[in-house]
Amino acid sequence: MTNTIADVEEADVILITGSNTTENHPVISTFVKRAVSFKGARLIVVDPRRVKIASFAHQYLRPNLGTDVAWINGMMHVIIQENLYDKKFVEDRTVGFDELKRVVEKYTPEYVEEITGIPAKSLKDAARMYAGAKSAAILYCMGITQHTTGTDNVKSLANLSMLCGNLGIPGGGVNPLRGQNNVQGACDMGGLPDVYSGYQKVIDAEARKKMETAWGVTGLPEKPGLKVTEMIPKAHSGELKALYIIGENPLVSDPDLNHAEKSIGNLDFLVVQDIFMTETAKTADVILPSKCFAEKDGTFSNTERRVQRVRKAVDPPGDIWDDWKITCEIATRMGFPMTYETSEAILQEIGQVTPSYAGITYDRIDSIGIHWPCPNEQHPGTPILHTEKFPIGKGVFFGIEFIPPAEKVDADYPLYLTTGRVIYQYHTGTMTMKTDGLNDRAPECFVEISPKDARQFDLANGSAVTVASRRGQIEAKIQISEKAVEGTVFIPFHFARAAANRLTNAALDPVSKIPEYKVCAVRLAKAA
Amino acid sequence: MSSNSITINGNELTFEPGETILEVARRHSIDIPTLCHLKNTTPTGSCRICVVEVKGARSLLASCATPASGNMVVLTESAKVVDARKQIIQLLLSSGNHNCAVRGGSSDNWTQFQLNVQKDDQSQELCPVWGDCRLQDLAYRYQVNGDAFAPTPTRYAIETVNPFIVRDFSRCIQCGRCVQACNEIQVNNAINFGYRGPESKIVAAGDRPLKDSECVFCGECVQVCPVGALVEKDVRYQVRPWETAPVKTTCSYCGVGCQLYLHVKDNRVVKVTGVDAPPNNGSLCVKGRFGFNFIHSEDRLTTPLIKENGAFRSASWDEALNLVANKLGEIKAAHGPDSIGVLTSARVTNEDNYVANKFTRAVLRTNNIDHCARL
Ligand code: SF4
Ligand code: SF4
Ligand code: SF4
Repeated sequence: MTNTIADVEEADVILITGSNTTENHPVISTFVKRAVSFKGARLIVVDPRRVKIASFAHQYLRPNLGTDVAWINGMMHVIIQENLYDKKFVEDRTVGFDELKRVVEKYTPEYVEEITGIPAKSLKDAARMYAGAKSAAILYCMGITQHTTGTDNVKSLANLSMLCGNLGIPGGGVNPLRGQNNVQGACDMGGLPDVYSGYQKVIDAEARKKMETAWGVTGLPEKPGLKVTEMIPKAHSGELKALYIIGENPLVSDPDLNHAEKSIGNLDFLVVQDIFMTETAKTADVILPSKCFAEKDGTFSNTERRVQRVRKAVDPPGDIWDDWKITCEIATRMGFPMTYETSEAILQEIGQVTPSYAGITYDRIDSIGIHWPCPNEQHPGTPILHTEKFPIGKGVFFGIEFIPPAEKVDADYPLYLTTGRVIYQYHTGTMTMKTDGLNDRAPECFVEISPKDARQFDLANGSAVTVASRRGQIEAKIQISEKAVEGTVFIPFHFARAAANRLTNAALDPVSKIPEYKVCAVRLAKAA
Repeated sequence: MSSNSITINGNELTFEPGETILEVARRHSIDIPTLCHLKNTTPTGSCRICVVEVKGARSLLASCATPASGNMVVLTESAKVVDARKQIIQLLLSSGNHNCAVRGGSSDNWTQFQLNVQKDDQSQELCPVWGDCRLQDLAYRYQVNGDAFAPTPTRYAIETVNPFIVRDFSRCIQCGRCVQACNEIQVNNAINFGYRGPESKIVAAGDRPLKDSECVFCGECVQVCPVGALVEKDVRYQVRPWETAPVKTTCSYCGVGCQLYLHVKDNRVVKVTGVDAPPNNGSLCVKGRFGFNFIHSEDRLTTPLIKENGAFRSASWDEALNLVANKLGEIKAAHGPDSIGVLTSARVTNEDNYVANKFTRAVLRTNNIDHCARL
């Protein structure tokens, strides 16, 4: 997030898109609901499902799946045409406005209505509401990123925010809500193929040199590595021979699961390090048991870049180790001794090689976490990014054209499917499904469908159906709901036994390589 | 004296415009007891335990709802105040099944009362929040018991039909904190006051059980309930506050990173509560508060496993680690570093991730590292 969670309550207008906030980030949703209910903030929700937070909205826009670039361009069209943009900000802090203006020119509200299904009038109202705000915050989640055009969607939101001068101010910003607790930290720490910790690029000779000195090695590889969504096909083709998987369960979470299973089955060697025998662990050659968060000391970085302490509360069940210790032991046995006394010693090394974490110590974050960047031990941290300038100097507008999603409905597969989560379960369920109460509330997979579609396909609430896409099929129960909008069904992806990802499309965004979990075409039939 | 100063118990104190008497007092470490007051919500002034005597005022004033004003002279523990508080506490104690030891102790009355409560509670034990109850604290502080008034018969049965929260209406003192928490903090709008007068009860819409209501089991109401009316189901009669020690840490589910206390008893996490600090200021969701059973699940992996002929067998750390190191070394030698990939995790710590990053790049010599955040 460019801004903090608490900062949401400062916003004049909040725009939420592609985020089922009340279920996926319940505590952030409380900030939004309070801002709207008690502090006079106005809320715009743009989502293909009528999610709970939409009931708090002053404007709810319902776009067709995968048409985000179109409605965002449409809003910018209105804002530019009606002269509502922040000319000073555009002038002083950005470049590329003319290109943006040229591209959004044709996205008239009427044209956008044809693509997105959003009534032209509603789009205009929403654009005026957003542009009229003193400060407007944008919150988004996987509903924006998990598309073949995910990168375009994110850039478009940044365009919109810059256009109205909403970056670098309290109550503003473009704020991705991270789904898993330490996504931010995994990225910050170099758990990405192209960067070391602190986003220092592997193609940058100076960064490589710095790491070589710190780690006492020479000749670090300079070519960016494979993204997870590229590793799977390479495993399939035989180029990737071995995988070391720490705490992930791709055999439920990957798109087009049938393909992923074959690919992983093709590896010569698979090591899985986890706290449970997950679907993925079952296929491993070696399983290494690790501690869970309640048994560990360390830090997590939350979605607002706040680095916070994790503390050991209980002993682990047996002789099991910290993830870092296991990795260090493998390194040592491969002839590269890696030892640390404590997790604190690791954070010290992180601070030495990572400028944005340099000022963060266990002592300093003992009672309250600090937002990176925090370049030295006197620095208070940075709750709001880009207050004076962007890392690259000026903000760049990108003129982005709408591209339709990779898969379309047709006579054989007449319904769109989108996937997501429910409040009572988490990710692939390995953790939440151990609490009976949560299973009692959300016991099994379901297909959420609108009352009208249910009538059309003659499906009764609670009845079993098979859902088939071009890639696979699953069985689940019908749940008729007002949340669903005609033509689109929703399935939560938590449940291995009816894994939604047997259906989803592995088509990738060309830049981020994020798969299009949020759109594919399916058909429903009564289960035999 | 100046226009922004107020005298409390003889101390001249300054206040900020808009501050209530209670806020000024607390800021200066003067303890005025409260029951219904809940930070960051509209004061309701309903319990009246926080009354104080203000010179010149005709009656006692609720300090949580009275703004401080220039030259006000306040007494927080005058004889009049103490009398009023005693009476309120006595009424509350007799309003329901408050069977902690503060309710007298010797009479037959007590025996019959206690037997009735045990029947309602389905337990031989004293109140489930004994030792962690604001009403009990106040009864001690003001040295009163419930004998002054006849006990009130139980009107509504205990609700136990959801997996997480037990609602014991007989111990509810109608302070309204749960209502404030649900509507003004979590804004889930699931519960409110229902019925009137002595029938009054906290209800979900249509007086339905929580499980059939808008309730999403965030548990904020349980956390703020000052008495034993709302208790976590798995904690009730299983865990007593003095048996546990809290450890502050960060939630392991979503990216909000809520700060929470894991309450530990005999090396087990038995309860979770929210820490009143950023980013969550005490709030949690159902997963953070109730989804901790996985920690002690029977299904946890407890030893390294090696697959042989299609089945896993347990192995020592040495054997497993040597095997992994040898295999990765062989594959690297035969097919090059880029034939190996590492998936690190959005669920392990920064320290774990950093080490995985270093291992991949410095030891395996590839940049093939990613995690599943995009999935
Ligand atoms: S658990 Fe949460 S949603 Fe349910 S009644 Fe309590 S505060 Fe409201
Ligand atoms: S349930 Fe607890 S918090 Fe709610 S009104 Fe009763 S005593 Fe107060
Ligand atoms: S308690 Fe809920 S909202 Fe808070 S971090 Fe955990 S999962 Fe997220």
